[in-house]
Amino acid sequence: MARILVLLICLAMIGFIFWWFFGKHEVASATADVADNKQSVDVEVKGGYSPEVVTLKKGVPATLNFTRKDASSCLDRVVFSDFGINKELPQNEQQSIEIDTSKAGEYQWACGMDMFHGKVIVK
Amino acid sequence: MTITKRFWISLIFSIPMLIGMILMPFGIMVPGSEWIQFLLTTVVMGVAARPFMDSAWSSFKKHHSNMDTLVAIGTATAYIYSIYAMFTHQAVFFESAAFVVTFVLLGQVFEERMRNNASNAIEKLVDLQAKDAEVMRNGQLVRVPLSEIVAGDVIRVKPGQKIAVDGVITEGNSTVDESMVTGESMPVAKNIGDKVIGSTMNSNGTFMFKAEKVGSDTMLSQIVELVKKAQNSHAPIQNLTDKVSEIFVPLVLSLSILTFTVWYVFLGASVATALIFAVSVLVIACPCALGLATPTALMVGTGRGAKMGILIKNGEVLEDVNDVTTVVFDKTGTITKGKPEVTDIIGDEKQVLTIAAALEESSEHPLAAAILDKAQAEQIQAATVSNFQAIEGKGVSATINQQQAFVGNDKLLNEIKIDSELNKQMIRLQDEAKTVVFVGVDQRIVGLIAIQDAPKETSKEAIATLKARGLRTVMLTGDNERVAKAIAQDVGIDEVIADVLPGDKADHVEALQKAGKVAFVGDGINDAPALTMADVGIAMGSGTDIAIESGGIVLMKNDLRDVAKALELSKKTFNRIKLNLFWAFVYNVLGIPVAAGIFYTFGLTLSPELAGFAMAFSSLSVVTSSVLLNKAKISGDVKTA
Repeated sequence: MARILVLLICLAMIGFIFWWFFGKHEVASATADVADNKQSVDVEVKGGYSPEVVTLKKGVPATLNFTRKDASSCLDRVVFSDFGINKELPQNEQQSIEIDTSKAGEYQWACGMDMFHGKVIVK
Repeated sequence: MTITKRFWISLIFSIPMLIGMILMPFGIMVPGSEWIQFLLTTVVMGVAARPFMDSAWSSFKKHHSNMDTLVAIGTATAYIYSIYAMFTHQAVFFESAAFVVTFVLLGQVFEERMRNNASNAIEKLVDLQAKDAEVMRNGQLVRVPLSEIVAGDVIRVKPGQKIAVDGVITEGNSTVDESMVTGESMPVAKNIGDKVIGSTMNSNGTFMFKAEKVGSDTMLSQIVELVKKAQNSHAPIQNLTDKVSEIFVPLVLSLSILTFTVWYVFLGASVATALIFAVSVLVIACPCALGLATPTALMVGTGRGAKMGILIKNGEVLEDVNDVTTVVFDKTGTITKGKPEVTDIIGDEKQVLTIAAALEESSEHPLAAAILDKAQAEQIQAATVSNFQAIEGKGVSATINQQQAFVGNDKLLNEIKIDSELNKQMIRLQDEAKTVVFVGVDQRIVGLIAIQDAPKETSKEAIATLKARGLRTVMLTGDNERVAKAIAQDVGIDEVIADVLPGDKADHVEALQKAGKVAFVGDGINDAPALTMADVGIAMGSGTDIAIESGGIVLMKNDLRDVAKALELSKKTFNRIKLNLFWAFVYNVLGIPVAAGIFYTFGLTLSPELAGFAMAFSSLSVVTSSVLLNKAKISGDVKTA
């Protein structure tokens, strides 16, 4: 009897894992505020990026301010492969990254190991 | 707390347990050892493993998972179960949790160091810059920092000093060691009018030069920018790992639960045994090795290329190089020196040169430069022309003294007849691999100018190396067939496609692509479409900006032998990526079933500690393999490979 109960609990856990990680969930997104022909967004790095999707206005110089609060070495770099940016993020230090907004499009960013992803949308 | 500190704490508190484990087979049992283990492991879990938990939890809240998720759940399970077991007087395995944390941290310490190693190459390039320079300001030489130098400044360079920025020599001469930028090991002689490159080393002379490019415009800055982009570019092969890494951790979590279920529910194992298998599965799975496989190899490969004067622009190029079967060369400036000289003039030398020089004055064709040089050497005054007109791919025409004059190649002959004496001369010159230019007035040819652009000394060797590798070599040129064939024979190229109009180069490349992937080597503006069309575009660094922009690989030394080196380096880097991915997959594909206890009946199992060690080792081995790419042998001059 106990074994059947364990079996059911285990199956439920697997079900939960699939729903939690693969189900559709809303991602944190943000749109930059434009002031003085400049735009910037603060990105917190903790178990991923929040916001995860950043929308920027085309043609306005933009800065993303990354602050890593997570001790994990998984997140200790941020890489924008389209812009050739690979920046170290020392823990609890704000690092500014200039984004070229001259061309509209979607640009992925990732952690140094390509496990966590975020996205800049320029439009 | 840094990873290194966490590692040491973890190690120090794990060692007593390790000693206890070693003593156990000898029958020595420390009294109350369970309590000691509990306290030691609590410190390890609370201090060293705490960040794993934090990170795992914050990613969990965002519906993400990472390696920390696996480590956190794995060690926490072992720890919490052991506390329960301790109170119910069953066997505990605190040490598993502590050892796994120690091993994982050890792996990360090394990995961090290796990763920094891999990305250092570029910072070293930037460090090459001079810090300051002696600049002429208000008629006096003053020492100013690099950042204050502007274009137009005149700068003095003394022997042994570094040249601060890019510019042109205005006074004096010297030899300069440009190896740091071009990879060329021989010092280069520089005279007035010659360009110097910032960050290169002046050797014996003193000279003054005018700054042309400063700051981010200098060649070094451009190279650094290019390499940075390449190092962080996304190789197509990574798309696979991207997909895998998204689902990897949740799948492993599910597998681990499944392992527990199968052992406990279906095979009737004890909770402890089933848990050990489940924890091993969590701990051996290593998504990091998969994620690190490509970027680290790309970083080291492109960095090494930069040091050799070979700039590989992105990961895509590396993949394409692997399947290249044909290498197509542009002739002028690529196989040859690109500095043609007038060797013979047939007809009335003065008249021929006067007309030719006048017409070619506004042309940018390399052959024009040769004619103008000759005219200058002979002190011939160019006549004034009007109605200047370029005939694409054929030549130019204009009006001189109310007469229609023209200069061009043999394609003009479709419209204009040539007498047999000149024709004979033409054939003789062309057989000597000389390009013949026709000079005419009023539909009549008055003379011939023979121009020769000799092959570079290294071209022959370069072609031989490529052929030894089993590659098909083709020369593509706008020159006529006889000249092209003579040069091709000289350097050993198999096939010649001559008389190609500038606009048609890309089409010929496309045609060649039907037989396999094509690499195109070129330098001119007219090569840009072909460089883009080819699977791998290799641009000569001396070439035009647009060619460099279009190429996937840039050879800073302009040495054709580097084509073979570039291909080899790309291949090696790509193979290393494949090897890394192979290992990363093997670790997981083999490790997980073993950890799950599938081979239990054969006596093959993995304890959580060993699984933790294997996991730490997997990322480390991938990064190490990438760094070793720095040591891989790249010898472009191996004749038989």
